[in-house]
Amino acid sequence: MKAAVLVFPGINRERDMARTLELVSGAKPAMVWHADTALPAGTDLVVIPGGFSYGDYLRCGAIAARSPIMGAVRAHAAKGGLTLGVCNGFQILCEAELLPGVLMRNENLRFICRDVYLRVERSDTPFTRGYNAGQVIRVPVAHGEGNYIADGESIARLEGEGRVLFRYSSPDGMIDPNWNHNGAINAIAGIVNERGNVLGMMPHPENHVEAVLGVTDGRGLFAGLVEALERAA
Amino acid sequence: MNYPKPGLVPGFGVSRLGKTGPPGARDSWHKRRNMKARVTVTLKSGILDPQGKAIEGALRSLGVAGVASVRQGKVFDIEIEGSDRAQAETLLKQAADKLLANTVIENYRVEVVG
Repeated sequence: MKAAVLVFPGINRERDMARTLELVSGAKPAMVWHADTALPAGTDLVVIPGGFSYGDYLRCGAIAARSPIMGAVRAHAAKGGLTLGVCNGFQILCEAELLPGVLMRNENLRFICRDVYLRVERSDTPFTRGYNAGQVIRVPVAHGEGNYIADGESIARLEGEGRVLFRYSSPDGMIDPNWNHNGAINAIAGIVNERGNVLGMMPHPENHVEAVLGVTDGRGLFAGLVEALERAA
Repeated sequence: MNYPKPGLVPGFGVSRLGKTGPPGARDSWHKRRNMKARVTVTLKSGILDPQGKAIEGALRSLGVAGVASVRQGKVFDIEIEGSDRAQAETLLKQAADKLLANTVIENYRVEVVG
């Protein structure tokens, strides 16, 4: 795996992400500054980490989505290159129109920082091959704007094409408003683009990968990506 | 916009008092004065606005009677170089489409106010 982690001013989860990528893949990712215009040669995974790029000014992710490095990210994604956006990274991918929809203020107006349960909707993608379809994983969220919404047509397409990979659920996998912490439509926590190579998700799988923290449910996503890239090579 | 900087081009922003030049060259500085413009961004109808709802509730609890509903939006006051209003409107629409509004959830209105 040759991963590149993008760094924007105000991003603060890039080191968690880099640590996890190295831990799971054995290779140190490249840290790529937002003002750069090219990714390191041979990059096979672009990761946009969480944080507060540009202080969430204007709209979360709006300014980062228009920074110089995003041209290279677009080209990478257009070639089918794997791209993962977590939390602010998901917001940036939506603002960059690499994913449909938008992340609105949480329904209850509160910043939510806690572990949540996610139901993995399918396992036949590079991002979820480390899980079983229907499996429930526990990972943390930390966001104020994670309430996913898109126009009716986009939602119908996402659902019809099986592009929702993660939903907020109860510990036993039930979809229920009480477990849909931020009010996202259809309890959507993570979606992929049409081609299936760009994933955006609000929760932080990179923070639950080490046994010392008690939960390692996030590891499957990264281990699956490593495996998918090895197979492709 | 590529307006010349004062002094870089003869007749632009340079005093022509006591000099000869083409008619009208003297007031070219005045023609370059900036215009004031405003872009207003509002949430599309049907999009849930939790912040507007919270403000609505706060107004009610403050005893401000008669508020039926509140939707929160954004206002951008922008200065535009030059005096071409049509061009300014095109530029503002570009700014709104490219950055100021997320047209998935927001509408915008541009006005050149003077």
